[in-house]
Amino acid sequence: MRDFQIPKVGIITEIFEETPDVKTFRVVDESGAKAFDHMPGQCAMLSVPGVGEAMFSIASSPTNTKFMEFSIKRVGVLTEHIHKLEPGDKLTIRGPYGNFFPVDTELKGKNILFVAGGIALAPVRSVIKYVFDNRADYGYVDILYGARNPEGLVYRKEIEKSWADKPNTNVFLTIDQHDEDWDGHIGFVPDYFKKIGFSTDKLVVMCGPPIMIKFTMALLLEMGFKKEQVYTTLELRMKCGIGKCGRCNIGPKLVCVDGPVFRTDELDNLPDEF
Amino acid sequence: MKGLYKISTGELDGLFAEIAREMRLYAPLRQGNELNFGLWGASVTVDLHGLKTDNTPKDLFLPQSEDLYSASLKGGDIKINPAEAEFAPFVVFGVKACDIKATAVLDNIFLKGDFVDHNYKLRRENALIVSLACNKPGMSCFCAAFNLDAAAPGGDIATWLCNEYLYLQAQNEKGEGFIKQFAHLLQEAEEGEIAPIQAEIREKIAALPYSELPLENFTPENMLKLFNHENWNILYKACLGCGICTYICPTCGCYDIRDFEAKCGEIQRFRCWDSCMYPDFTLMAHGNPRISQKERFRQRFMHKLAYHPEKFAEYGCVGCGRCVNKCPVSLNIVKIIKSLGGE
Repeated sequence: MRDFQIPKVGIITEIFEETPDVKTFRVVDESGAKAFDHMPGQCAMLSVPGVGEAMFSIASSPTNTKFMEFSIKRVGVLTEHIHKLEPGDKLTIRGPYGNFFPVDTELKGKNILFVAGGIALAPVRSVIKYVFDNRADYGYVDILYGARNPEGLVYRKEIEKSWADKPNTNVFLTIDQHDEDWDGHIGFVPDYFKKIGFSTDKLVVMCGPPIMIKFTMALLLEMGFKKEQVYTTLELRMKCGIGKCGRCNIGPKLVCVDGPVFRTDELDNLPDEF
Repeated sequence: MKGLYKISTGELDGLFAEIAREMRLYAPLRQGNELNFGLWGASVTVDLHGLKTDNTPKDLFLPQSEDLYSASLKGGDIKINPAEAEFAPFVVFGVKACDIKATAVLDNIFLKGDFVDHNYKLRRENALIVSLACNKPGMSCFCAAFNLDAAAPGGDIATWLCNEYLYLQAQNEKGEGFIKQFAHLLQEAEEGEIAPIQAEIREKIAALPYSELPLENFTPENMLKLFNHENWNILYKACLGCGICTYICPTCGCYDIRDFEAKCGEIQRFRCWDSCMYPDFTLMAHGNPRISQKERFRQRFMHKLAYHPEKFAEYGCVGCGRCVNKCPVSLNIVKIIKSLGGE
C-alpha cells in the first residue's frame, strides 16, 4: 500500500509556445522515462513545491510511450510559475487520475466528431492522437475547433500539417472575430457547427467553455443527436485527486474519480452546480 | 453473544493504567468545562459520565493536520521525503454510538474506492475502539432519528456503565483478544445484568424532542428536488460561514493540502481539515461554482442527507447534536430536516 498523494519528481524536457498564454510542457520522470501510463482524458497532478499543486489534463496520447505533454494556460499563481520554468527544470507529478474517454469500447469502430474551444482542445488532443495512431479502429473523423483569434488556436501547426492530412478526416477551424491574418471561417463554434450540419451517425467528444458547450449542445439535440452520443469533461477544484478531500463533488459524483469524462445524459441526474 | 464481563468502577483507573502500559490509551478527559478525548496519564481525570465530548474522536484517525511529505529544493533539484508517521496500536475508550457510526461513515469515504487513504487505514487498523452506552442522552441528541441504538453502541468492545460497575462485551475477535489480555482484572457477569441499563437508555432516548425527524423525503430519488428546494433561499441567510459545524462534525472529513517553508530550501506539504463553508473551498482561477453562502450551506446538508446516502446507502449524519449545541446562530441539521422534510 502506498500514499497516492506522494508524487514523483518530473523533468521538463521541452517547451512549446502554443499561444501568447498557453505553453505545452513535455515531461519525463527522473530516469528519463514516461512517469506513468494513462488513457485519453485522464489527468495528472503537477506541482511546484512551495507554490501549489493542480490537476491538468494529459494532452499527449497513451500511444506515446516516451513522455507526457501538458498544455497549460497561464491563469493563476501556479500556472504563472510553471510558465516561467525552462527545459531541464523540475516539478512534481502524480497520477493518472480520473476516468477516460471510452476509446477501446463505445468509441471503437465509430465515426467521431470532436468539438473544442480554446485550451479545452488539450484533453481532446489525447483522444485525437490515440485515434490517429489506431486509425483502422475508427470511422470518419471530424474536428471542429475554434478560438478567439488565430493566435489563440493551440496546436495550430500540428492541426494544419498533420491532422488535416489524415485519411477520412475533416478539420474545421474558426475564430470569433475578423482578423487580418485569417482567411478561414469567422464566427463562434456553434454558428460554424450549424453551417456545416453534421449527420447523426457518429459519437461526439466535446470540450470547451461552458457557453460553447451550452449552445453546441442545444444544436446537437436540434439536429437529432441524443445526449447518449455526446461525451464531455468537467473541471472543478481538486486537492487530493483520489476521491477523499471532498471538494470536487457535483452531487454524489466526484470529478477526480467519477470524472472528468461524463456522457452528457449522466449530467441530467446531477445538481446544476458546475 | 460473547461473554459479558464487569469491573467495579473503583478499579477502572487500575485497568486504564494496565492498558496504558501496553499501548497509548485515549479516553474522555475532563478539563474545566471541556470534555475531550485525550491521552491517558497519571494526572488526568477520566469522565465516563459526561454526555459527549466537545470535539469528536475523528482526529485519532484523521488528524487536524498531518504532514504528507517534504520537498528539499537545492540548486534546481527536488527531493521528495515522505513523512515518517508513527503507526502503533492504540485504544480509544468510551466512544458513544453516534461517534462509532461516524467512524463507519468515514471508513466508507477513506477506505472504499480505487484509492485507499494510506494514513487513515493504518490508524484504523491500529485502533481498538471501546464504545460506551449513553446513560445521559441530552436534549440535542437525535441518533434515534437515524435508527442508531445508543444502548448497543458497537465498536470492538461495547461497555455499559452503572453506579457500581462498568460492563464489557467483545463485539468481534479483536475485542475478544483484548478482553482475554485484561481478563485478570475483570469479573464474569450474568447476561441479564445490562438489560435494565439498556432499557433505561432506550426509554430516555425515546422521550427526547428530536428522536423522530421527518426524514422520509431524503431519498436518492428526491436529490434534485431537494437541491432545488426554495427553502434554501431563506435557510442559509443566518449562516455566518464560520465552519464550526464542519470541525465538530464527526462525519466531516474534507481536507485541504497546503505547503509551508519549514526551513530554507525545504517545503513541507501537509493536509489539514477544511470546510465546505468557506468560499475558497471550490475557488478556481476561472471562477467558483459555489458563489454564495447559499450554495456552500446547501452543499453541506445535501452531502449528509442526499449525496452520501446515494453512494453508501446510509445517512452522513449520525445525530450527535454537536452542531445543534455549537452553531453560533442556532442553524443546524435538525432545522434543515424539518424545513425540507415538510414540517
